[in-house]
This record gives sequence, structure tokens and C-alpha cells, in this order.
Amino acid sequence: MFARGTRARRIAAAVLPPVLFAIFVLGVWQLYTVVGDIKESTLPPPTDIAKSLWENRSMLIDNAWVTIKEILLGFAAAIVLGVGLAVLIRSSRKVERAIYPWLVVSQMVPIPAIAPLLVIWTGFDLRPKVIVIMLVSFFPIAVNTIDGLRAAEPELLNLLKTLKANSWQRFRKAQLPAALPFMFSGLKVAAALSVIGAVFAEWVGASEGLGYLVLVLNNQTATTEMFAVIFTLALIGILLFLFVSLLERVLLPWYYESRETEGEGLHLEVEENA
Amino acid sequence: MQAGSKLKIEGLSKTYRGAGGGENVTALKDVGIEIGAGEFVSIVGPSGCGKSTLFNIIAGLIRPSSGKVLLDGRQPDELLGSVGYMPQRDCLMPWRTVLDNTTLGLELNGVRKKEAHKKAKAEFERFGLAGFEKHWPAKLSGGMKQRAALLRTFLAGRDVMLLDEPFGALDALTRANMQQWLLDVWQEDRKTILFVTHDVEEAIYLSDRVYVMSGRPGRVSLDVKVSLERPRKPEVTMSPEFLVLKQKLLRPLEEAAAGGGVFIDDRPTLEEQI
Repeated sequence: MFARGTRARRIAAAVLPPVLFAIFVLGVWQLYTVVGDIKESTLPPPTDIAKSLWENRSMLIDNAWVTIKEILLGFAAAIVLGVGLAVLIRSSRKVERAIYPWLVVSQMVPIPAIAPLLVIWTGFDLRPKVIVIMLVSFFPIAVNTIDGLRAAEPELLNLLKTLKANSWQRFRKAQLPAALPFMFSGLKVAAALSVIGAVFAEWVGASEGLGYLVLVLNNQTATTEMFAVIFTLALIGILLFLFVSLLERVLLPWYYESRETEGEGLHLEVEENA
Repeated sequence: MQAGSKLKIEGLSKTYRGAGGGENVTALKDVGIEIGAGEFVSIVGPSGCGKSTLFNIIAGLIRPSSGKVLLDGRQPDELLGSVGYMPQRDCLMPWRTVLDNTTLGLELNGVRKKEAHKKAKAEFERFGLAGFEKHWPAKLSGGMKQRAALLRTFLAGRDVMLLDEPFGALDALTRANMQQWLLDVWQEDRKTILFVTHDVEEAIYLSDRVYVMSGRPGRVSLDVKVSLERPRKPEVTMSPEFLVLKQKLLRPLEEAAAGGGVFIDDRPTLEEQI
């Protein structure tokens, strides 16, 4: 429906402003550190951070791989827990009443504070990290999926009943697909949280990974290198977020295409009355 | 109507228990309706006269407090799924293409996808949807959405179709076109249709017979035969017979409005429906 030029222009309109803004912020940063003669151990200029990223690339990649593995496993566990809880809670009014308040209360427990306990219980291997990441990031998935499972129109569910759909079919054909856009909103928030969870988990007990690296570098006051690690962590978060967004676009084409055409239906009315 | 009545309702009453010990609400009282095979019958009535309750009972979605619903002279074991039902809103699933929306009933009947598609496609021309098979419903105009919803009900293959104010949300011009179109389609298949509307003109123009319902408690106050010649053209709405009928139908409605009961929402709550 759109000409190609228009499409390219729309992409440019989406990408250009944030890139320009980033360049602006980095420029101000660079200027401030150079002109203000700031000590490198306090705030290194972006150019030094870039240099550090390049020089330490093999160390960063090795440790990033460890952290990425934790994040992916923890994120996957969060999806299973979040979606599972949501389906369980929506399965009956009684279960919802019994569990939902505790789901909210569970978020009042500071996860970093119980991370040491997890280490005591499960040891220093991958398990406590996966559990911490899962605990930090399952909540937005659960809450959004619960809302999503309520999103199917009651009239549609009634209609399905009159078409002799059983409760499983009503779930499969109406409630679940209606919940997916909500679920993906939760996944995007969870993607960001899972990176935070990984850093927490590594601070408590680890001998490798980017979070562990931050601690070590902090002890050496290697500020430039610390920034390089932070940038790497941010990059992982951004990539995970983009991956979830891409997955959403692929799995829910109707969601995007329907939104794109909103307010465009006018020309169809003409056809209607022809 | 003689022995050949397709749908017969006898002494139907429905009382909702007042919420939280409140007063009981009688939504329907001793309602009797009879529709012959291939007849087009409308029910008009003010808001809150129990039309929706009546519809939900016939569709099998809620149980009456007393009274019977007979199909072909017999009380079906299970009313749910015995009649075709089209709710007020189109309830098209945004995640399904128009074609996949229309085949919902066939799919739930266990018809193979290929066969269902073939069957549906054959009707797309007649329902004014040709060329929109692969579109998302969001891309359709209001009138097209209603026709797609109607095709879905139509393809489900029940002899009796309940249509709940299907054109209520359309603009006047589209609405007039849709009425004409519905008459043409009905003329070809002669399905038994029970049509709810609050538009007296629409009821007369479409129907063989019109029931007038009055509210609080909802009951049938008038049963009027419409002997205007078929096929009907829009000009018929200017004819003296039409105006006489209109006056006759409007009187009890105006009386009901003048009697001015408080409007009470008689739509069942979700919990009552389950």
C-alpha cells in the first residue's frame, strides 16, 4: 500500500532522531571531560571507552557469553513461570483470589537480598543466577498475561459457546490469541529486567561474567574498563529487547498491520456505498 | 402459525436475583413467540425491555426461570449450538483474516480447513466481501464487518438465525444499503430469522411479522403482521400501508416511554452467564 520511498522515509524518521540524540549526548560528554579536565578514573571520555571496548574485546566477549547464557536461561524460565502463573490464576476465580495478592506481595521482597540465600541453597553454579533472573523478571510477564487473558470480548466467548466450542477451544481460539499482545508487552519489560537480574546474581557469587567483571574492575578503580562493560551489558539488553520486538512482529502480524491502517478505513466506505 | 412453527417460545419468564440481597428483577414475564419456517420476524422494544435476555435464552446462553423454547415442536436436549447467533458487535477476531473469521463455525464443526475455505469463498461475492479474503478485519468498513459477521453466522449452518441489532452502529446510508442487501440474501435462502432492533421502520421494512415488547417486566404487547408485498423496495417506506403500520407499532412504544419506568440494565452479569 505504501510506496517504497515512503517506507524508507518512515524508517529514517524512526531511527534518525535517537541516533542524533545519542551523538549529541556523547559529544557533550566528550567536551565536558576534555574541557573540564576531568580525571579519567572519575569520568572517562567516550573515545577512551570506545578504545577500551576494542582493546578488551576478547575478554568482554568471553564474559558476555557467560552472562548471555544466564540471561537467556533465566528469561526462558521467567516466561514459563510468568505465563504458567497467569494461566493458573485465570483458570478459576478461587485460584485467582488465593494467589493474585501473593503475586503482588512477592514483588515487595527485594530479590538482591535473597540472592545470597539462593547461593547457600544451590551453590555457585548457573542455578542461582537463572533463579534470580527469573524472579526479577517474571512479574511483568505474569501481570500482563493475566490482563491479556481477560481481554477477549465476552460477546465473542458467548458466540463461541453458541458455535459449540468447549472451554479448551474458547481458550485456544479466543483468549490466548487476545492475550498475546499483552504478553509481549510484559516480555519487553522483562527483557530489560533480566539484564539487571544477571548483574545482581553475579555480584553475589560468580567467578566470571560481565557483572562479576564490574566488581573486579571497581576494586581496581578501572573506570574506563567498567564503562566498557556497562556498554556491553546495555548492548545485550538492547539486543534482547529488539529480538522480542522482532518476534512480536513475526508472530502477531495482524497486531501491527491493523494498527498501521487505523484511521485509513475511509476510502473503503466509498466502496461500500457504490 | 400452524403446526409448522420453527421456533416457539411459551410462557418464558426470567427473574434475576437482586445483587447483595437487593430486590429481584423480572426481566421477562410470560413471553410467548412463534415463528414459522422461513419467516422473518422482528422484535422491537425500548432499551431495557428484556430483548437481550430473550435472545440469550433462545441462544442457550442463559436458562429461563420458567417456560419453554421449542425448535421444530420439540424441546432440544441442548439449546446451546442449536440456533445461529449474531451478537450486536461484530466480534470478528482481529488475529484472523476475514476468510478465517467466516469459517469459524465450520471449523468448530470439524470441517476440514480446505473445504471450509472453499465453502466460504463461494459466498464472498454475495456478501460483498470479494477481494478481502486475506485482509485483517481492522481494514474493513463498518458495513463490511457486519456482513462478514453475518456470513460467519450463516456458514455455521443453523436453520434459525438470531440477529441482535446488527445494523445498530452503522450510519444511515450504510444501514439502508445493508437492509436492502439482507433482504436480497434472505430472499434467496429463506432462513428463519429473528431480528432485534429498536428501529420501527427497519422492523417493518424487513419483516413478515413484528412483535412489540414493552419493558419492566419485559413482555410481548403486540404482534403485528406485515403484509407488504415482497420483494420490497425502499419506496415502500413512503406508502400509506407502511405509515399505518408504523403508527400502530409506535403507539405502544410511546406509551411505554411515557410511562417512563427507570431504566434498569437487564444485561446479565458475566457470572450469571457462566
